[in-house]
Amino acid sequence: MANASAGKVRAVFGQADAQKQSRTNFSIKRQTGFGVIALFCFFLLYLPIATLVVYSFNAGPSIAIWEGFSWRWYVAAWNNNQIVEASTRSFIIASFAAIVSTIAATMAALATTRTRPYRGLNFIYGFINQPLMVPEIVTGIALLIFFAMVKIWTGYTGLAYLIIAHTAFCIPFAYLPIRARLENMDLTLERAAADLYATPWMAFRRVTLPLLWPGIIAGLMLAFVVSLDDVVITELVKSGGQDTLPTYMLGQLRRVVTPEINAISSVFLLISIVIVTLFFFLNRKRT
Amino acid sequence: MSRAGSGERRSAIEVLGVSKVFGNGDDAVRALDNVDVTIRENEFFTLLGPSGCGKTTLLRLIAGFDFPTEGEIRLYGEDIAPLPPFKRPVNTVFQNYALFPHMTVAQNIGFGLEMLGKPRPEIAQRVTEMLKLVRMEELRNRRTSQISGGQQQRVALARALAPRPKVLLLDEPLSALDFKLRKDMQIELKRLQHETGITFIFVTHDQEEALTMSDRIAVMSKGRILQIGSPRDIYDRPAERFVANFIGDTNFLEGTVTAVNGSKARIALAAGGEVEAGISEGVKPQGNVTIVVRPEHAAIVMAPGQDALRGTLENIVYFGTDTHFHVKLASGPHFIIRQQNRHGAREELKVGMPVGVEIGEHAAQVLKD
Repeated sequence: MANASAGKVRAVFGQADAQKQSRTNFSIKRQTGFGVIALFCFFLLYLPIATLVVYSFNAGPSIAIWEGFSWRWYVAAWNNNQIVEASTRSFIIASFAAIVSTIAATMAALATTRTRPYRGLNFIYGFINQPLMVPEIVTGIALLIFFAMVKIWTGYTGLAYLIIAHTAFCIPFAYLPIRARLENMDLTLERAAADLYATPWMAFRRVTLPLLWPGIIAGLMLAFVVSLDDVVITELVKSGGQDTLPTYMLGQLRRVVTPEINAISSVFLLISIVIVTLFFFLNRKRT
Repeated sequence: MSRAGSGERRSAIEVLGVSKVFGNGDDAVRALDNVDVTIRENEFFTLLGPSGCGKTTLLRLIAGFDFPTEGEIRLYGEDIAPLPPFKRPVNTVFQNYALFPHMTVAQNIGFGLEMLGKPRPEIAQRVTEMLKLVRMEELRNRRTSQISGGQQQRVALARALAPRPKVLLLDEPLSALDFKLRKDMQIELKRLQHETGITFIFVTHDQEEALTMSDRIAVMSKGRILQIGSPRDIYDRPAERFVANFIGDTNFLEGTVTAVNGSKARIALAAGGEVEAGISEGVKPQGNVTIVVRPEHAAIVMAPGQDALRGTLENIVYFGTDTHFHVKLASGPHFIIRQQNRHGAREELKVGMPVGVEIGEHAAQVLKD
C-alpha cells in the first residue's frame, strides 16, 4: 500500500518535472561551465571573509600564522575602552540617522506614489536618490567644507554633524523599500476605506500605514546598516575623538595589526548579517 | 423633479447631463457623454455594456472616486457630485473585493460603522447581523486571506451593506468567480437586495447576468446610454442595432414600411413576405428599415406558407437543450432559428433541404437606425 502510493507520488512529480522542462527551453544552469564560474565567484567573495573570521579565533598574535583556537581577541576587544566607545558612538549615530531618514523617506515615498503623476516626478526620483549616484568622496568633501564653515559660525563641534550627514545619505536606502511596498499596494484598498467613510487621515492610519509597516521597518534596518558601515563620509566629517567603529578600525590598521581587528570585524559582520536577514524576511512577507 | 404620486417609486439616484472627459487637448477621451438616467428607490438597476463603454466610470462618479466634468448627480434630490467618497451614504462592492488584508472578517465588516463613530456594542451587533445575512457566522475571526473567493465576495457584500447605505454599487463583483459559484451568487444577490430593500446599481458586461437579476437595465456604448428598460423590454424590443446585437443572438432583416398603425408597423421584407413589427417608443419608422427577430421567435417549416421566408437549410447545430438551424435565405442573408429539443423530436430535417422560416406573431421589432 505505502509503496504503491509512494510510487504514485513519484510518478506525479516526475510528470511535473517533465512538463517544467519542456516548457522552459532555455536554462542557464544547463550551460557548460556555469557551475565552475558560479563556484569561482562564491569562492572569491567568501574565502577572504571566512579567513578573517577563522583568524579572529587565533590564539597567537598574528593574523596570518595559526596557533590554535582561543577567544582571547574577543575578550581583548570587549575590554578595550576605545572600541566600546566607538561602538556606542556608531550605534547612536546609526539609530538617529535611521529613524530620521526613515521618517523623511516615508513622506517622500507617499508624495511620489500617492499623488497624480506630475511633471518633474522623474527628476524628483533622481533628486531623492542623489546620494546613490554622487560619488561618496565628493559628498564627503562637500560636507567637510560646509560643516567647517558652520563650525566657525556656531562654535558647535558635537555629534550632530555626523548624524545629519548620515541621515542625508541614508534617505535613499530607506526610501527604496518603502516606495516598492507602496507601489505594490492595491490602491483600491485606500479607495475602499474612503468609500466606508474614512477621512483621508483615517484611511492612512487604519489602512495604508499598517500595510506599509514591513516596508518602513525594512527601510529602517537598511538605513541603520548603511550608517553603521560608513567610512568615507564619517572620516571626513568627524571631529577629533569622534571615531565610529569603522573609522577606529581603519585607524588601527595603520598601527599594529592583531587578530583583535578580526574579532571586531567578525562581530560587526554578524550584526550586519542578522539585520540584513531580518530585512530579507520582512520584505518577503508581502500581502 | 418627478416624485412619488401615481404609485411611481421615488428616485434614489438622478444622473443629469453628466459628462466625463479624461485628459485634455487632443488626447481628451470622452468617457461619458451627456448621460441622463434615473434610478428608482429599491431597484436592482444594471449598467450593461462592453468594456470601455463608460459603465464603470459612471459608477465611480456615483461613488465619488472621480468627479464629473459636467452635470449633476443627485441622491434623493441632493447634488452629491462635488462630495468626496467618505461623505456619501453610498457603498461599493469592488471587483477585486478590496478587503483589508490586515483585518479579520468581522473587523472588515465593522470598518464603515467604526468610521461613522458608532458605539462598539452597536457595531458588534450589526456585524453579527451582517454575518448571519451572508451566512458566514463561523468565519467571523478569520483573516481575509484564509477564506475562499466566494467567501471573500460575501464579506465584501456584508462590509458594504453594514453601514446601511442608501445605494449599493457593485462593480462586476461576480466576474472573478467560477461558473457554478457565479450562478449561486446571482440568486444570493437578488435575495440580499430583497431582504435589505437597498437600491442596487450593478455593473456588468455579462448580458445573461443582467437579464436574470435586474429590475431595469441600461445598455451603454461609447459613453452613452442607448436604451433603458426591463430585461424583457431590452431583449424583446431592442431599440437599436447595438442593443439587439449585444444582448442575445439576433437576426436582422431589411424591409420597407408599408403602413404604421399605433405601436405596430407593417413591413414588406426584402426577403419576401410581410410582417407586423413592434415600434419602440420615440421611433417613427418610414422608408427602409431594419427589423430584428430573435432566433427562438421564429419557426422552421418544411412546407412554407405564403408569408414564410424561403431558403435552404445550411447547418444544424445541436446544443442539448435546443438546436440551432442556420438557414440561407433565397434573398441572400442568413437566418438562425432556435428550437427547443423535445423528447422524440423529429429528425426529418436535413442539411441542404429547401425550408421555410415563419416569423411568429409579435416577434419582429423595428430598429431606430
